[in-house]
Amino acid sequence: MNNVLKSLFSANARQKVLAFASLILMIIVFAFLSPNFFQMDNLVSIMLSTAVAGVLGISVTFVIITGGIDLSIGTLMTLTAVMSGVFINYWGLPIWTGLLAAIGFGAVAGAISGTLVAKLKIPPFIATLGMMMIAKGLALVISGAKPIYFTNYEVYNLISQGSFLDFNSLVPGLVIPNAVVIFFGLGIVCSIILNKTVLGRYTFAIGSNEEAVRLSGVNVDRWKIAIYALAGGIVGVAGILISSRINSAQPALGQGYELDAIAAAVIGGVSLSGGEGTILGTIIGAFIMSVLINGLRILSVPQEWQIVVSGLIVIFAVYMDILRRRK
Amino acid sequence: MTENLLIRIEDLDKSFPGVQALRKAKFDLRTGEVHALMGENGAGKSTLMKVLAGIYQRDSGTIYLDGKPVEIHGPHGARALGIGIIHQELNLMNHLTAAQNMFIGRERKGRTGILLDEKAMNKAAAEMLAALRVDVDPKVKIGDLTVAKQQMVEIAKALSYESRVLIMDEPTAALNDAEIEELFRLIRDLRNKGVGIVYISHKMDELKRISDRVTVMRDGEYIGTLNTAEATVDQVINMMVGRPLQNYVRSGEGASQQPVALEVRNLNQGRTLKDINFRVHKGEILGFAGLMGAGRTEVARAVFGADPVDSGEVTVLGKKVKIRIPKDAVAAGIGYLSEDRKRFGLALGMDVQANTVMATLSRFLGLGAFLKNKAMAVVSDKYIKTLSIKTPNQTQKLKFLSGGNQQKVVIAKWLLRDCDVLFFDEPTRGIDVGAKFEIYKLLQELAEQGKAIVMISSELPEILRLSHRIVVMCEGRITGEVSAQEATQERIMQLATQRSAK
Repeated sequence: MNNVLKSLFSANARQKVLAFASLILMIIVFAFLSPNFFQMDNLVSIMLSTAVAGVLGISVTFVIITGGIDLSIGTLMTLTAVMSGVFINYWGLPIWTGLLAAIGFGAVAGAISGTLVAKLKIPPFIATLGMMMIAKGLALVISGAKPIYFTNYEVYNLISQGSFLDFNSLVPGLVIPNAVVIFFGLGIVCSIILNKTVLGRYTFAIGSNEEAVRLSGVNVDRWKIAIYALAGGIVGVAGILISSRINSAQPALGQGYELDAIAAAVIGGVSLSGGEGTILGTIIGAFIMSVLINGLRILSVPQEWQIVVSGLIVIFAVYMDILRRRK
Repeated sequence: MTENLLIRIEDLDKSFPGVQALRKAKFDLRTGEVHALMGENGAGKSTLMKVLAGIYQRDSGTIYLDGKPVEIHGPHGARALGIGIIHQELNLMNHLTAAQNMFIGRERKGRTGILLDEKAMNKAAAEMLAALRVDVDPKVKIGDLTVAKQQMVEIAKALSYESRVLIMDEPTAALNDAEIEELFRLIRDLRNKGVGIVYISHKMDELKRISDRVTVMRDGEYIGTLNTAEATVDQVINMMVGRPLQNYVRSGEGASQQPVALEVRNLNQGRTLKDINFRVHKGEILGFAGLMGAGRTEVARAVFGADPVDSGEVTVLGKKVKIRIPKDAVAAGIGYLSEDRKRFGLALGMDVQANTVMATLSRFLGLGAFLKNKAMAVVSDKYIKTLSIKTPNQTQKLKFLSGGNQQKVVIAKWLLRDCDVLFFDEPTRGIDVGAKFEIYKLLQELAEQGKAIVMISSELPEILRLSHRIVVMCEGRITGEVSAQEATQERIMQLATQRSAK
């Protein structure tokens, strides 16, 4: 019990508790300010809109914990969506094979980023900035700058929008979209990978003291590539979710998502200097961002101001991180 | 004696671009001995040991293990041969626990082969730590442990690879005396179990306490090996620097008749500093002794205005001054030379001249904004000469100077500000033996010129050698003051460990 209490109030957990408390507070405030906020379909829509940014947040959490950053996740998401269209629509691969291929494509792209960082020693910020532009360009080239529609594949839309957790008969409106289920499922799997497997251990270890890991006889480069590849694979999942949600791969979409994802991770207590962070924290962070946007929208705050407020939240979260570090 | 030679290194050469780091270096190590490896910075000790530990690859020469020549491929290969190394900069991951650190690179997995078996690793780590009589909870994060405990974990980690050879690179650099004692206890235990230990250090007094033999290196070459019991400190120093050093004689005993330059009264700062009172006269060197964490640096920083205080009164040359930020202190004529000159004292990427005038730049401005190059050159040239800073020219970047010469540039910077009171925090940390004596001489000359000097040092011999008076701190309080005449190591250690009754 004592240990549980202690871990709750440890510096790392404090940020998570704080983030969770502010999420609850925000929900209460919005619920008071607008009767529309607490409507079941609005809550479901918040969850749905969190799913994509949240999955990207989970992806970037791994990379940030190693002490790196990944700016390419937004446009890579688009590229994997386009590739999913290519695999399924153009090549005619069976849908599940096509999905796996899209995820695999993301993983390969991640591995390339990882190789640039680990082998060529290009700073992650620059390497992934380059990958961001490459992915953006390739998405346009491959798709001919036109959307790829999955209209011939009804099931594709169901991946995201369908629901096998349909509680409509119990609570009217409570139909949890599959995208949300996939998001949470992925969160659990990634949490286990991060905390219970060797890959997760090295993710933290590399972010904490890379040289020490190297001197311990661990092949740091190879593990870094593996971590970036995992992150890329998760981006592939996000690409499937977003394209299935709008039933098409939109090649011009995607840029800007990486910043929301990084913001979610940082708000959730992932330290930009590496070595610290949790999947749960990132998920909470993603919800904070989307609840905020949703609430402001319901209160009819213009979209321009919504963006300004999100910026303020990010700065505040990073400042909290710095305060925490100073102790 | 040759039959129990664990390691023998013959004619080892190693060069880096532009430098021949090792030239026909040799070394040997017996089972169950502590073999000290000494030499100035840049003598090649660490390079030699890094070759042995597989971090560097040699150019030529032979390494014998148990009499058989071996090839060491990388840190992994060294470990497989039973060679472990504890680096000066500890190589631990602060965010991971002690057990996770010890098992990095060879994590134990559960039955599935995928998930980590944390319980098994904690248990095994606890056993290893207990076997060394080290009191550390394997589940505690490394970052939450003291440096001393971190080091114990690192030693336990190295030994868990069945190391027969343990290389320790300046292991006591960050430890206080009690912790050093504990480390030595551990080293003796290991020696008795037959582990061969290479002990790299700068500190002369440790040599006598812990080592069986001592090998001295200079300029990448082997100079000689002595049995510690028969060696004298002077002998070892001579071998290290290649010339006899004249001992410095303390002078200026009459300093206490001079006017008081700095008086600090009733200084309090939270739990770190309690009721600090002291004064230092013109021409006097006041030593601040104490264990690490006793609050000596905090006193200097508080007086200097670098950290906020709860209360305290500062008087400089009879005038009461109010110091809230470092700028106030500098205006009042107080200078502070940080213990970490690389972080707080110097811009390493800039040259000698720029660093020298850094704190007085406003004096070298024409038309309010343009730098007067000639004036700066004249001034920095003057200090290069008076402090005998060894640099090819004043446009040499600081990072290419030795520690001793960097320290001299910091001193020049503060002298240029005409400070009356100078705080020196660990002025010789990371500085070669030879250069240390030059810094000592410089401090003494400054005092003779009428500066008041407060010197904080963790090296007792240094405090004893230079100070006219010594203030001793423990747990944020001043526990005593001794004059140079009555000061002994024992007396100071007694005061430094005089903890308050709780």
